[in-house]
Amino acid sequence: MRLSVVKVYLSVLFVLMFGGIVLGGASAMAQSAPAATGTSDAARIAALEKQVADNATAIATAQTAGDNGWMLVSAALVLMMSGPGLALFYGGLVRKKNILGTMMQTFAMMGVVTVLWALVTYSLAFGTGNAFIGGLHNAFLHGVGLMPDKDYAATIPLQTFMVYQLMFAIITPALITGAFAERMKFSAMLVFMVLWALIVYSPMAHMVWGKGGLLNAALGGRFPCLDFAGGTVVHVTSGVSALVTALYLGKRLGYPKVPMPPHSMVLSFIGACLLWVGWFGFNAGSALSAGTLATSAFVATHFAAAAAAISWSVAEWIRQGKPSALGAISGAVTGLVAITPASGFVTPMSALWIGLLAGAFCYFMVVKVKAAFGYDDSLDAFGVHGAGGTLGAVLTGIFANSAINPILGAGKATGLLEGNGHQLLNQLVGIGVAWSLSIVGTLMILFVVDKTIGLRVSEEDEREGLDLSQHGEEGYDWAH
Amino acid sequence: MQKIEAVIQPSKLDAVKDALVEIGVEGMTILEARGHGRQKGHTEFYRGREYSVDLLPKVKLELVVKDEMVEQAVHAIITAARTGKIGDGKIFVSKIDEAIRIRNDERGEIAL
Repeated sequence: MRLSVVKVYLSVLFVLMFGGIVLGGASAMAQSAPAATGTSDAARIAALEKQVADNATAIATAQTAGDNGWMLVSAALVLMMSGPGLALFYGGLVRKKNILGTMMQTFAMMGVVTVLWALVTYSLAFGTGNAFIGGLHNAFLHGVGLMPDKDYAATIPLQTFMVYQLMFAIITPALITGAFAERMKFSAMLVFMVLWALIVYSPMAHMVWGKGGLLNAALGGRFPCLDFAGGTVVHVTSGVSALVTALYLGKRLGYPKVPMPPHSMVLSFIGACLLWVGWFGFNAGSALSAGTLATSAFVATHFAAAAAAISWSVAEWIRQGKPSALGAISGAVTGLVAITPASGFVTPMSALWIGLLAGAFCYFMVVKVKAAFGYDDSLDAFGVHGAGGTLGAVLTGIFANSAINPILGAGKATGLLEGNGHQLLNQLVGIGVAWSLSIVGTLMILFVVDKTIGLRVSEEDEREGLDLSQHGEEGYDWAH
Repeated sequence: MQKIEAVIQPSKLDAVKDALVEIGVEGMTILEARGHGRQKGHTEFYRGREYSVDLLPKVKLELVVKDEMVEQAVHAIITAARTGKIGDGKIFVSKIDEAIRIRNDERGEIAL
């Protein structure tokens, strides 16, 4: 009882004090009002102008908060695609003596490519340069601060853009590791990847996404190639380089006579599902803002993945009598790969078509073409990323729609189905550049590394497995 | 004394164990094993590649019993483990010369 009396007393006191402040303020305003009528119109206009400017700043700050929030989450999602997503996906597909070696190859990219990005590769990819490669103005992240770069993304700090693009630079070389799984020296892999980031990834990213790049569709490229989130930059380069590496390195010991089935479909399954979720950051994040284009890319991404999971499964069901889990998740990944360049340009219905075509096409590439040629692309990095990326880049030129993204200018047709057949040629130029650069660059790097420190582990080490021979550990210690 | 070794389907382990305990078998050793008989495993497909898996998971029971219990034990195992399909397993019976209880040096049937 006494407590509540005290509460009421305090409340009344509070209301009196607060009311006093408000009333006092009001009376102060009343006193200053007559003085204002005496000032000139110029002063009033100046005050209004200041108000408008303040409003504009407040609006810009609010938009940056929204866009930057989504972009930071997207950057984190794309990193999650590498570790643990891709590491689990690939790790489950190898034999159990190689799981740590395989996962470490992806994890190493998270370290090495990051440091390299800070030192030089960001500048080579996104710094101002010529049509083929950026300059060194932004080396050591010089000039990469918290203010936006209007050309790249007007509403987010340049550092957000930089770190978001870094996550792409990490996963791209990690994708290649699927082709040379179970047989490459860890040291050779590191040197290969550093050179690859410099010689293949940086120029390709600059040509497609950098200011003044040869293929840049938004910033005045000679051959505007549509690549929303990296069909050519990420998937064609990694997939084609993967094929070249698999051919150069040769088959694993005993392939194809010795059975080499995946040792844990469960790990691969979890990895593939993490890839699917992470891909929303990859594609919808490539809108570089949190607006309607991000939604459109998000939806297209999801629809293509689902359609491709179904089409691969159906193809497998018909040909082999059973729809496997590995088939379903591989199909989903091919859909995600193929929609990557198209995600910010196509309608949901087009995304379904792209997914359907990608699942069936990549099934054919992985099951038929690989068997016909006999190369040991161990985890199908080419069959999924090279083939799916190339198909996606072509289909982008067909399905791109100016109603979704008027990138070539307001009212101008974008894709073939809209009447712009010329775009298909530009897509083919982009694909041709990506294939050529990947083949030539990767061959050069392989040759240099092979002649200096050697690419392959010894036969003894390969039999023992990469876990023990390269890292001195075992993934599974059943004895304890 | 005789030793009965039975290779059975893993899914039949509990039924076999219960049947043996019911007829008075007091001890057994169970091993998780892999093997094949005439049925030679099965095939698996991974991205269109066919792998034949010829060693299938099995369970191996080992028990040593008095001579007069052998037929009863074999019958119990057969009854509990049989599905009638290929892969049900096999039973091997052999003579045992000696049994020794480590705890107190007892020898012969009393050590079983």
